[in-house]
Amino acid sequence: MATPFSLQGALEQLRTTRVWRSIFRRGPARTNRTRSLAVFGNLFLHFLPVKVREKSLRVRASYYLGSISFFLFLALVISGVLLMFYYHPAAPQAYRDMKDLRFVVSNGVFLRNLHRLAAQLMVLLVFWHMFHVFYRGGYKPPHEFNWVVGVFLLIVTLFLSYTGYLLPWDQLAFWAITVGTNIISAMPVIGKKVRFVSLGGNLVGENALLRFYVLHCVVLPLIAILLIAVHFWRVQKDGGLTVRESDGGQGK
Amino acid sequence: MKAMADKENKYEAGFGSDAKKDPVRVVFITKKTSAKVTGDPGEQVMTHPHLLMREAIAFMVLVIAIVAVSLVWDAPLEQLANPLLTPNPAKAPWYFLGLQELLHYFRPLVAGIIIPTLVVIGLVVIPYFNVNVQGKPLWSEDRKHSLWIVLGVVVALILLLGFSRAWTVLVPTTLIGALILYSYFAAAKKSRRWEYLGTRPLSWWIMTWFILVAVVLTVVGTFFRGPGWSWVWPWSSHAG
Repeated sequence: MATPFSLQGALEQLRTTRVWRSIFRRGPARTNRTRSLAVFGNLFLHFLPVKVREKSLRVRASYYLGSISFFLFLALVISGVLLMFYYHPAAPQAYRDMKDLRFVVSNGVFLRNLHRLAAQLMVLLVFWHMFHVFYRGGYKPPHEFNWVVGVFLLIVTLFLSYTGYLLPWDQLAFWAITVGTNIISAMPVIGKKVRFVSLGGNLVGENALLRFYVLHCVVLPLIAILLIAVHFWRVQKDGGLTVRESDGGQGK
Repeated sequence: MKAMADKENKYEAGFGSDAKKDPVRVVFITKKTSAKVTGDPGEQVMTHPHLLMREAIAFMVLVIAIVAVSLVWDAPLEQLANPLLTPNPAKAPWYFLGLQELLHYFRPLVAGIIIPTLVVIGLVVIPYFNVNVQGKPLWSEDRKHSLWIVLGVVVALILLLGFSRAWTVLVPTTLIGALILYSYFAAAKKSRRWEYLGTRPLSWWIMTWFILVAVVLTVVGTFFRGPGWSWVWPWSSHAG
Protein backbone atom coordinates (compact mmCIF):
# COMPACT_ATOMS: atom_id res chain seq x y z
CA MET A 1 0.00 0.00 0.00
CA ALA A 2 2.70 2.41 1.01
CA THR A 3 4.99 1.66 -1.95
CA PRO A 4 4.88 4.52 -4.45
CA PHE A 5 3.85 3.78 -8.02
CA SER A 6 6.66 3.02 -10.46
CA LEU A 7 6.49 2.03 -14.09
CA GLN A 8 8.93 -0.80 -13.58
CA GLY A 9 6.92 -2.13 -10.66
CA ALA A 10 3.75 -1.98 -12.71
CA LEU A 11 5.42 -3.90 -15.56
CA GLU A 12 6.69 -6.51 -13.13
CA GLN A 13 3.17 -6.88 -11.79
CA LEU A 14 1.77 -7.16 -15.31
CA ARG A 15 4.19 -9.94 -16.17
CA THR A 16 2.97 -12.08 -13.31
CA THR A 17 -0.67 -11.88 -14.34
CA ARG A 18 -2.57 -14.79 -15.80
CA VAL A 19 -3.28 -12.98 -19.06
CA TRP A 20 0.40 -12.18 -19.65
CA ARG A 21 1.33 -15.78 -18.95
CA SER A 22 -1.34 -17.05 -21.30
CA ILE A 23 0.06 -14.91 -24.12
CA PHE A 24 3.79 -15.36 -23.57
CA ARG A 25 3.73 -18.82 -21.97
CA ARG A 26 6.02 -17.66 -19.19
CA GLY A 27 6.36 -15.25 -16.30
CA PRO A 28 8.95 -12.51 -15.95
CA ALA A 29 12.36 -13.30 -17.48
CA ARG A 30 14.32 -13.22 -14.26
CA THR A 31 16.23 -16.46 -14.51
CA ASN A 32 18.28 -17.90 -17.37
CA ARG A 33 15.62 -20.56 -17.74
CA THR A 34 12.81 -18.08 -18.34
CA ARG A 35 15.12 -16.00 -20.55
CA SER A 36 15.70 -19.08 -22.69
CA LEU A 37 11.95 -19.69 -22.77
CA ALA A 38 11.45 -16.11 -23.87
CA VAL A 39 13.47 -16.86 -26.99
CA PHE A 40 12.59 -20.38 -28.02
CA GLY A 41 9.04 -20.22 -26.73
CA ASN A 42 8.28 -17.34 -29.07
CA LEU A 43 7.46 -17.91 -32.72
CA PHE A 44 9.24 -14.77 -33.86
CA LEU A 45 12.30 -15.11 -31.66
CA HIS A 46 12.85 -18.84 -32.03
CA PHE A 47 14.90 -18.11 -35.14
CA LEU A 48 17.51 -16.80 -32.75
CA PRO A 49 19.76 -18.97 -30.59
CA VAL A 50 19.20 -18.90 -26.84
CA LYS A 51 22.79 -17.91 -26.26
CA VAL A 52 25.09 -15.92 -28.48
CA ARG A 53 28.82 -15.46 -28.44
CA GLU A 54 29.83 -12.31 -26.68
CA LYS A 55 32.25 -11.52 -29.51
CA SER A 56 29.51 -11.68 -32.15
CA LEU A 57 27.61 -8.90 -30.38
CA ARG A 58 30.36 -6.38 -30.98
CA VAL A 59 29.47 -3.76 -33.54
CA ARG A 60 32.51 -4.58 -35.66
CA ALA A 61 31.44 -8.21 -36.03
CA SER A 62 28.43 -7.30 -38.17
CA TYR A 63 27.69 -3.56 -37.97
CA TYR A 64 24.19 -5.02 -37.56
CA LEU A 65 23.96 -4.83 -41.35
CA GLY A 66 21.80 -7.93 -41.71
CA SER A 67 19.47 -6.83 -38.92
CA ILE A 68 19.14 -3.33 -40.32
CA SER A 69 18.41 -4.73 -43.79
CA PHE A 70 15.61 -6.75 -42.20
CA PHE A 71 14.30 -3.75 -40.28
CA LEU A 72 14.25 -1.78 -43.51
CA PHE A 73 12.26 -4.61 -45.07
CA LEU A 74 9.76 -4.32 -42.21
CA ALA A 75 9.55 -0.54 -42.66
CA LEU A 76 9.00 -1.11 -46.38
CA VAL A 77 6.19 -3.61 -45.80
CA ILE A 78 4.40 -1.26 -43.41
CA SER A 79 4.80 1.91 -45.49
CA GLY A 80 4.11 -0.13 -48.64
CA VAL A 81 0.78 -1.45 -47.34
CA LEU A 82 -0.25 2.08 -46.41
CA LEU A 83 0.70 3.29 -49.89
CA MET A 84 -1.36 0.50 -51.45
CA PHE A 85 -4.50 2.06 -49.95
CA TYR A 86 -3.97 5.09 -52.18
CA TYR A 87 -2.70 3.41 -55.34
CA HIS A 88 -4.32 2.05 -58.50
CA PRO A 89 -2.05 0.02 -60.80
CA ALA A 90 -3.46 1.60 -63.95
CA ALA A 91 -2.12 4.16 -66.38
CA PRO A 92 -2.40 7.10 -66.02
CA GLN A 93 -4.32 6.80 -62.72
CA ALA A 94 -1.12 5.63 -61.00
CA TYR A 95 0.52 8.97 -61.71
CA ARG A 96 -2.55 10.87 -60.49
CA ASP A 97 -2.31 8.86 -57.28
CA MET A 98 1.25 10.16 -56.89
CA LYS A 99 -0.08 13.70 -57.23
CA ASP A 100 -2.82 12.91 -54.71
CA LEU A 101 -0.22 11.60 -52.29
CA ARG A 102 1.53 14.89 -52.65
CA PHE A 103 -1.39 17.31 -52.47
CA VAL A 104 -4.41 15.50 -51.03
CA VAL A 105 -3.49 12.64 -48.70
CA SER A 106 -2.41 13.60 -45.19
CA ASN A 107 1.28 12.82 -44.81
CA GLY A 108 1.21 11.29 -48.28
CA VAL A 109 4.54 12.86 -49.22
CA PHE A 110 6.12 11.61 -46.03
CA LEU A 111 4.84 8.09 -46.66
CA ARG A 112 6.28 7.99 -50.18
CA ASN A 113 9.56 9.56 -49.07
CA LEU A 114 9.89 6.96 -46.36
CA HIS A 115 9.20 4.08 -48.73
CA ARG A 116 11.57 5.36 -51.38
CA LEU A 117 14.36 6.11 -48.93
CA ALA A 118 14.07 2.78 -47.15
CA ALA A 119 14.11 0.99 -50.51
CA GLN A 120 17.32 2.69 -51.65
CA LEU A 121 18.93 2.10 -48.27
CA MET A 122 17.95 -1.55 -48.29
CA VAL A 123 19.64 -2.16 -51.64
CA LEU A 124 22.75 -0.38 -50.36
CA LEU A 125 22.80 -2.26 -47.05
CA VAL A 126 22.21 -5.68 -48.57
CA PHE A 127 25.22 -5.10 -50.84
CA TRP A 128 27.29 -3.87 -47.91
CA HIS A 129 26.17 -6.83 -45.80
CA MET A 130 27.31 -9.26 -48.50
CA PHE A 131 30.74 -7.67 -48.93
CA HIS A 132 31.22 -7.47 -45.17
CA VAL A 133 30.36 -11.15 -44.79
CA PHE A 134 32.80 -11.98 -47.58
CA TYR A 135 35.71 -10.09 -46.02
CA ARG A 136 35.07 -11.75 -42.67
CA GLY A 137 35.04 -15.18 -44.31
CA GLY A 138 31.43 -15.71 -43.27
CA TYR A 139 30.84 -17.96 -46.32
CA LYS A 140 33.24 -20.64 -45.11
CA PRO A 141 31.96 -24.03 -43.89
CA PRO A 142 29.46 -24.61 -42.41
CA HIS A 143 27.93 -21.37 -43.72
CA GLU A 144 28.13 -22.23 -47.45
CA PHE A 145 24.45 -22.67 -48.09
CA ASN A 146 23.44 -19.60 -46.15
CA TRP A 147 25.76 -17.55 -48.35
CA VAL A 148 23.88 -18.88 -51.39
CA VAL A 149 20.53 -17.98 -49.77
CA GLY A 150 22.01 -14.53 -49.18
CA VAL A 151 22.94 -14.14 -52.85
CA PHE A 152 19.36 -14.97 -53.82
CA LEU A 153 18.10 -12.49 -51.22
CA LEU A 154 20.24 -9.84 -52.90
CA ILE A 155 18.68 -10.68 -56.26
CA VAL A 156 15.16 -10.59 -54.77
CA THR A 157 15.98 -7.22 -53.17
CA LEU A 158 17.09 -5.85 -56.54
CA PHE A 159 13.96 -7.15 -58.25
CA LEU A 160 11.78 -5.71 -55.48
CA SER A 161 13.38 -2.33 -55.91
CA TYR A 162 13.25 -2.53 -59.69
CA THR A 163 9.57 -3.53 -59.90
CA GLY A 164 8.73 -0.73 -57.48
CA TYR A 165 10.56 1.73 -59.70
CA LEU A 166 7.86 1.54 -62.40
CA LEU A 167 4.87 2.11 -60.11
CA PRO A 168 4.88 5.97 -59.94
CA TRP A 169 4.38 5.92 -63.73
CA ASP A 170 6.39 9.07 -64.34
CA GLN A 171 9.06 9.65 -66.96
CA LEU A 172 11.79 8.41 -64.61
CA ALA A 173 9.93 5.15 -64.01
CA PHE A 174 8.90 4.55 -67.61
CA TRP A 175 12.31 5.05 -69.18
CA ALA A 176 14.26 3.27 -66.48
CA ILE A 177 12.14 0.18 -67.02
CA THR A 178 12.32 0.56 -70.80
CA VAL A 179 16.13 0.72 -70.66
CA GLY A 180 16.33 -2.21 -68.24
CA THR A 181 13.95 -4.52 -70.04
CA ASN A 182 15.55 -3.79 -73.40
CA ILE A 183 18.61 -5.60 -72.07
CA ILE A 184 16.55 -8.77 -71.63
CA SER A 185 15.94 -8.98 -75.37
CA ALA A 186 19.71 -9.38 -75.85
CA MET A 187 19.33 -12.85 -74.34
CA PRO A 188 19.93 -15.39 -77.12
CA VAL A 189 16.90 -17.25 -78.58
CA ILE A 190 14.40 -16.57 -75.77
CA GLY A 191 15.23 -12.89 -75.12
CA LYS A 192 12.26 -11.37 -76.97
CA LYS A 193 9.82 -13.87 -75.44
CA VAL A 194 11.09 -13.30 -71.90
CA ARG A 195 10.70 -9.57 -72.39
CA PHE A 196 7.18 -10.05 -73.72
CA VAL A 197 6.22 -12.16 -70.71
CA SER A 198 7.70 -9.74 -68.18
CA LEU A 199 6.01 -6.72 -69.76
CA GLY A 200 2.80 -8.37 -70.91
CA GLY A 201 3.42 -6.83 -74.31
CA ASN A 202 6.13 -5.46 -76.56
CA LEU A 203 6.25 -2.08 -74.85
CA VAL A 204 6.13 -0.81 -71.29
CA GLY A 205 2.42 -0.14 -70.87
CA GLU A 206 -0.57 -0.78 -68.68
CA ASN A 207 0.00 -4.54 -68.64
CA ALA A 208 3.58 -4.07 -67.54
CA LEU A 209 2.41 -1.78 -64.75
CA LEU A 210 -0.06 -4.37 -63.49
CA ARG A 211 2.51 -7.17 -63.69
CA PHE A 212 5.16 -5.17 -61.87
CA TYR A 213 2.57 -4.19 -59.26
CA VAL A 214 1.61 -7.80 -58.54
CA LEU A 215 5.25 -8.88 -58.46
CA HIS A 216 6.18 -5.95 -56.24
CA CYS A 217 3.34 -6.26 -53.73
CA VAL A 218 2.67 -9.99 -53.61
CA VAL A 219 5.06 -12.39 -55.31
CA LEU A 220 8.46 -10.92 -54.47
CA PRO A 221 7.66 -10.01 -50.83
CA LEU A 222 6.46 -13.58 -50.23
CA ILE A 223 9.67 -14.98 -51.73
CA ALA A 224 11.67 -12.51 -49.66
CA ILE A 225 9.91 -13.48 -46.41
CA LEU A 226 10.49 -17.16 -47.14
CA LEU A 227 14.18 -16.66 -47.90
CA ILE A 228 14.67 -14.35 -44.90
CA ALA A 229 13.18 -17.03 -42.64
CA VAL A 230 15.54 -19.66 -44.06
CA HIS A 231 18.46 -17.21 -43.82
CA PHE A 232 17.88 -16.39 -40.14
CA TRP A 233 17.20 -19.96 -39.18
CA ARG A 234 20.39 -21.12 -40.86
CA VAL A 235 22.45 -18.50 -39.05
CA GLN A 236 21.39 -20.14 -35.83
CA LYS A 237 21.75 -23.74 -37.06
CA ASP A 238 25.21 -23.10 -38.54
CA GLY A 239 26.52 -21.89 -35.21
CA GLY A 240 25.96 -18.16 -35.26
CA LEU A 241 28.04 -15.36 -36.69
CA THR A 242 31.61 -15.99 -37.73
CA VAL A 243 33.93 -14.64 -35.09
CA ARG A 244 37.67 -14.32 -35.46
CA GLU A 245 40.50 -14.56 -33.03
CA SER A 246 41.30 -10.92 -33.64
CA ASP A 247 37.84 -9.79 -32.60
CA GLY A 248 38.87 -9.55 -29.00
CA GLY A 249 36.02 -9.04 -26.57
CA GLN A 250 35.61 -8.76 -22.86
CA GLY A 251 36.11 -12.50 -22.42
CA LYS A 252 39.76 -12.32 -23.43
CA MET B 1 21.09 -46.84 -57.20
CA LYS B 2 23.37 -48.73 -54.89
CA ALA B 3 26.06 -49.12 -57.52
CA MET B 4 26.00 -45.41 -58.12
CA ALA B 5 26.38 -44.62 -54.46
CA ASP B 6 29.33 -47.02 -54.29
CA LYS B 7 31.02 -45.35 -57.17
CA GLU B 8 30.60 -41.88 -55.76
CA ASN B 9 31.83 -42.59 -52.29
CA LYS B 10 34.81 -44.88 -52.20
CA TYR B 11 34.49 -45.36 -48.47
CA GLU B 12 31.01 -46.80 -48.81
CA ALA B 13 31.54 -50.54 -48.26
CA GLY B 14 27.91 -51.49 -48.74
CA PHE B 15 24.57 -51.53 -47.06
CA GLY B 16 23.23 -54.28 -44.89
CA SER B 17 20.45 -54.28 -42.37
CA ASP B 18 20.25 -58.04 -41.81
CA ALA B 19 22.02 -58.67 -38.52
CA LYS B 20 22.27 -62.41 -39.20
CA LYS B 21 23.88 -61.92 -42.58
CA ASP B 22 26.22 -59.13 -41.56
CA PRO B 23 27.00 -59.63 -37.89
CA VAL B 24 29.92 -57.22 -37.94
CA ARG B 25 29.39 -53.61 -38.91
CA VAL B 26 32.02 -51.05 -39.65
CA VAL B 27 31.10 -47.42 -39.54
CA PHE B 28 33.14 -45.00 -41.56
CA ILE B 29 33.14 -41.42 -40.51
CA THR B 30 34.32 -39.55 -43.55
CA LYS B 31 35.29 -35.95 -43.80
CA LYS B 32 32.68 -33.31 -44.56
CA THR B 33 29.66 -35.57 -44.16
CA SER B 34 27.79 -33.00 -42.13
CA ALA B 35 28.05 -29.38 -41.28
CA LYS B 36 29.76 -28.90 -37.99
CA VAL B 37 30.48 -25.85 -36.00
CA THR B 38 34.17 -25.36 -35.51
CA GLY B 39 36.25 -22.99 -33.52
CA ASP B 40 36.27 -21.76 -30.00
CA PRO B 41 32.79 -20.62 -29.09
CA GLY B 42 34.23 -18.15 -26.62
CA GLU B 43 32.27 -16.44 -23.90
CA GLN B 44 28.51 -16.79 -24.35
CA VAL B 45 25.73 -14.55 -23.14
CA MET B 46 21.96 -14.88 -23.06
CA THR B 47 20.17 -13.68 -26.20
CA HIS B 48 17.50 -12.22 -23.94
CA PRO B 49 18.35 -9.51 -23.07
CA HIS B 50 21.85 -8.94 -24.53
CA LEU B 51 21.12 -9.41 -28.24
CA LEU B 52 17.47 -8.35 -28.14
CA MET B 53 18.29 -5.05 -26.47
CA ARG B 54 20.94 -4.23 -29.05
CA GLU B 55 18.59 -5.15 -31.91
CA ALA B 56 15.87 -2.99 -30.39
CA ILE B 57 18.24 -0.04 -30.13
CA ALA B 58 19.43 -0.56 -33.71
CA PHE B 59 15.80 -0.66 -34.85
CA MET B 60 14.87 2.52 -33.01
CA VAL B 61 17.92 4.44 -34.25
CA LEU B 62 17.13 3.33 -37.80
CA VAL B 63 13.47 4.38 -37.57
CA ILE B 64 14.40 7.78 -36.15
CA ALA B 65 16.99 8.27 -38.90
CA ILE B 66 14.76 7.35 -41.85
CA VAL B 67 11.81 9.34 -40.47
CA ALA B 68 14.05 12.39 -40.00
CA VAL B 69 15.43 12.16 -43.53
CA SER B 70 11.96 11.55 -45.01
CA LEU B 71 10.74 14.78 -43.45
CA VAL B 72 13.31 16.90 -45.29
CA TRP B 73 14.10 14.94 -48.44
CA ASP B 74 11.52 14.47 -51.21
CA ALA B 75 11.25 11.39 -53.39
CA PRO B 76 11.67 12.40 -57.04
CA LEU B 77 8.61 12.60 -59.26
CA GLU B 78 8.82 13.72 -62.88
CA GLN B 79 6.20 14.34 -65.55
CA LEU B 80 3.64 11.71 -66.51
CA ALA B 81 5.18 8.80 -68.45
CA ASN B 82 5.30 9.60 -72.13
CA PRO B 83 6.48 6.91 -74.57
CA LEU B 84 6.96 9.57 -77.27
CA LEU B 85 9.32 11.74 -75.27
CA THR B 86 12.65 9.99 -74.67
CA PRO B 87 14.83 11.71 -72.10
CA ASN B 88 18.50 11.95 -73.03
CA PRO B 89 20.05 10.05 -71.42
CA ALA B 90 17.47 7.55 -70.22
CA LYS B 91 18.94 6.02 -67.09
CA ALA B 92 18.15 2.83 -65.19
CA PRO B 93 17.96 2.85 -61.34
CA TRP B 94 21.35 3.61 -59.78
CA TYR B 95 22.19 -0.01 -58.90
CA PHE B 96 21.96 -0.93 -62.59
CA LEU B 97 23.94 2.05 -63.85
CA GLY B 98 27.17 0.03 -63.61
CA LEU B 99 25.64 -2.39 -66.11
CA GLN B 100 24.42 0.48 -68.27
CA GLU B 101 27.96 1.86 -68.28
CA LEU B 102 29.20 -1.55 -69.43
CA LEU B 103 26.57 -1.52 -72.20
CA HIS B 104 28.29 1.59 -73.49
CA TYR B 105 31.43 -0.46 -74.18
CA PHE B 106 30.29 -3.99 -74.90
CA ARG B 107 27.54 -5.63 -76.91
CA PRO B 108 24.22 -6.08 -75.04
CA LEU B 109 24.70 -9.85 -75.00
CA VAL B 110 28.03 -9.48 -73.22
CA ALA B 111 27.29 -6.54 -70.91
CA GLY B 112 23.63 -7.22 -70.23
CA ILE B 113 23.43 -10.99 -70.09
CA ILE B 114 26.80 -12.76 -69.91
CA ILE B 115 28.58 -10.55 -67.36
CA PRO B 116 25.67 -10.35 -64.84
CA THR B 117 25.11 -14.10 -65.16
CA LEU B 118 28.80 -14.77 -64.55
CA VAL B 119 28.76 -12.44 -61.54
CA VAL B 120 25.80 -14.27 -59.98
CA ILE B 121 27.34 -17.68 -60.69
CA GLY B 122 30.65 -16.45 -59.31
CA LEU B 123 29.00 -15.26 -56.09
CA VAL B 124 27.05 -18.49 -55.65
CA VAL B 125 30.06 -20.78 -56.06
CA ILE B 126 32.38 -18.81 -53.75
CA PRO B 127 31.88 -21.13 -50.75
CA TYR B 128 32.05 -24.31 -52.82
CA PHE B 129 35.44 -23.75 -54.39
CA ASN B 130 37.15 -23.81 -51.02
CA VAL B 131 37.95 -20.20 -51.68
CA ASN B 132 40.70 -19.48 -49.26
CA VAL B 133 39.53 -21.59 -46.35
CA GLN B 134 42.94 -21.22 -44.76
CA GLY B 135 43.26 -17.58 -45.68
CA LYS B 136 46.67 -18.12 -47.23
CA PRO B 137 48.32 -14.97 -48.57
CA LEU B 138 48.67 -14.78 -52.34
CA TRP B 139 52.45 -14.60 -52.12
CA SER B 140 52.92 -17.36 -49.56
CA GLU B 141 54.38 -20.14 -51.69
CA ASP B 142 55.97 -20.47 -55.10
CA ARG B 143 56.17 -16.71 -55.30
CA LYS B 144 57.93 -16.44 -58.69
CA HIS B 145 55.41 -18.77 -60.34
CA SER B 146 52.45 -16.85 -58.85
CA LEU B 147 53.95 -13.55 -59.95
CA TRP B 148 54.10 -14.63 -63.60
CA ILE B 149 50.52 -15.87 -63.57
CA VAL B 150 49.22 -12.71 -61.88
CA LEU B 151 51.24 -10.51 -64.23
CA GLY B 152 49.89 -12.42 -67.24
CA VAL B 153 46.27 -12.08 -66.10
CA VAL B 154 46.61 -8.38 -65.28
CA VAL B 155 48.30 -7.54 -68.61
CA ALA B 156 45.75 -9.61 -70.56
CA LEU B 157 42.87 -7.83 -68.79
CA ILE B 158 44.37 -4.39 -69.40
CA LEU B 159 44.96 -5.17 -73.08
CA LEU B 160 41.43 -6.54 -73.50
CA LEU B 161 39.87 -3.51 -71.83
CA GLY B 162 42.17 -1.17 -73.77
CA PHE B 163 41.12 -2.66 -77.11
CA SER B 164 37.47 -2.37 -76.06
CA ARG B 165 38.14 1.26 -75.08
CA ALA B 166 36.42 0.52 -71.77
CA TRP B 167 38.25 3.29 -69.95
CA THR B 168 36.11 3.38 -66.83
CA VAL B 169 36.79 -0.34 -66.29
CA LEU B 170 40.42 -0.03 -67.32
CA VAL B 171 41.34 2.63 -64.75
CA PRO B 172 40.27 0.74 -61.58
CA THR B 173 41.63 -2.50 -63.04
CA THR B 174 45.01 -0.88 -63.63
CA LEU B 175 44.97 0.52 -60.11
CA ILE B 176 44.32 -2.90 -58.57
CA GLY B 177 46.89 -4.45 -60.92
CA ALA B 178 49.50 -1.94 -59.76
CA LEU B 179 48.67 -2.56 -56.11
CA ILE B 180 48.79 -6.33 -56.47
CA LEU B 181 52.21 -6.16 -58.14
CA TYR B 182 53.43 -3.72 -55.55
CA SER B 183 52.20 -6.03 -52.79
CA TYR B 184 54.55 -8.71 -54.18
CA PHE B 185 57.55 -6.57 -53.35
CA ALA B 186 55.96 -5.30 -50.17
CA ALA B 187 55.53 -8.88 -48.99
CA ALA B 188 59.17 -9.59 -49.84
CA LYS B 189 60.48 -6.51 -48.10
CA LYS B 190 58.27 -7.01 -45.08
CA SER B 191 57.78 -3.29 -44.92
CA ARG B 192 55.30 -2.64 -42.18
CA ARG B 193 53.32 -0.07 -44.05
CA TRP B 194 52.37 -2.41 -46.86
CA GLU B 195 52.33 -5.58 -44.84
CA TYR B 196 48.55 -5.61 -44.88
CA LEU B 197 48.43 -5.71 -48.70
CA GLY B 198 51.27 -8.23 -48.85
CA THR B 199 49.37 -10.74 -46.74
CA ARG B 200 46.06 -10.57 -48.59
CA PRO B 201 44.83 -13.81 -50.21
CA LEU B 202 43.88 -14.08 -53.88
CA SER B 203 40.14 -14.13 -53.12
CA TRP B 204 40.54 -10.79 -51.35
CA TRP B 205 42.15 -9.29 -54.44
CA ILE B 206 39.46 -10.58 -56.78
CA MET B 207 36.58 -9.33 -54.60
CA THR B 208 38.26 -5.97 -54.03
CA TRP B 209 38.79 -5.59 -57.76
CA PHE B 210 35.14 -6.47 -58.42
CA ILE B 211 33.85 -4.01 -55.82
CA LEU B 212 36.13 -1.20 -56.99
CA VAL B 213 35.09 -1.66 -60.64
CA ALA B 214 31.40 -1.87 -59.66
CA VAL B 215 31.62 1.29 -57.54
CA VAL B 216 33.53 3.25 -60.20
CA LEU B 217 31.08 2.20 -62.94
CA THR B 218 28.05 3.05 -60.79
CA VAL B 219 29.42 6.45 -59.77
CA VAL B 220 30.41 7.29 -63.35
CA GLY B 221 27.03 6.13 -64.66
CA THR B 222 25.18 8.16 -62.03
CA PHE B 223 27.08 11.44 -62.00
CA PHE B 224 29.36 11.64 -65.02
CA ARG B 225 27.14 10.66 -67.92
CA GLY B 226 25.05 13.12 -69.88
CA PRO B 227 23.28 13.31 -73.26
CA GLY B 228 24.23 10.45 -75.57
CA TRP B 229 26.06 8.87 -72.64
CA SER B 230 28.83 11.41 -73.13
CA TRP B 231 31.16 12.37 -70.32
CA VAL B 232 29.97 15.35 -68.26
CA TRP B 233 31.28 16.84 -65.05
CA PRO B 234 28.63 16.85 -62.35
CA TRP B 235 29.51 20.41 -61.32
CA SER B 236 29.39 21.88 -64.83
CA SER B 237 25.90 23.13 -65.63
CA HIS B 238 24.64 22.11 -69.02
CA ALA B 239 21.32 22.81 -70.63
CA GLY B 240 19.19 19.75 -69.96
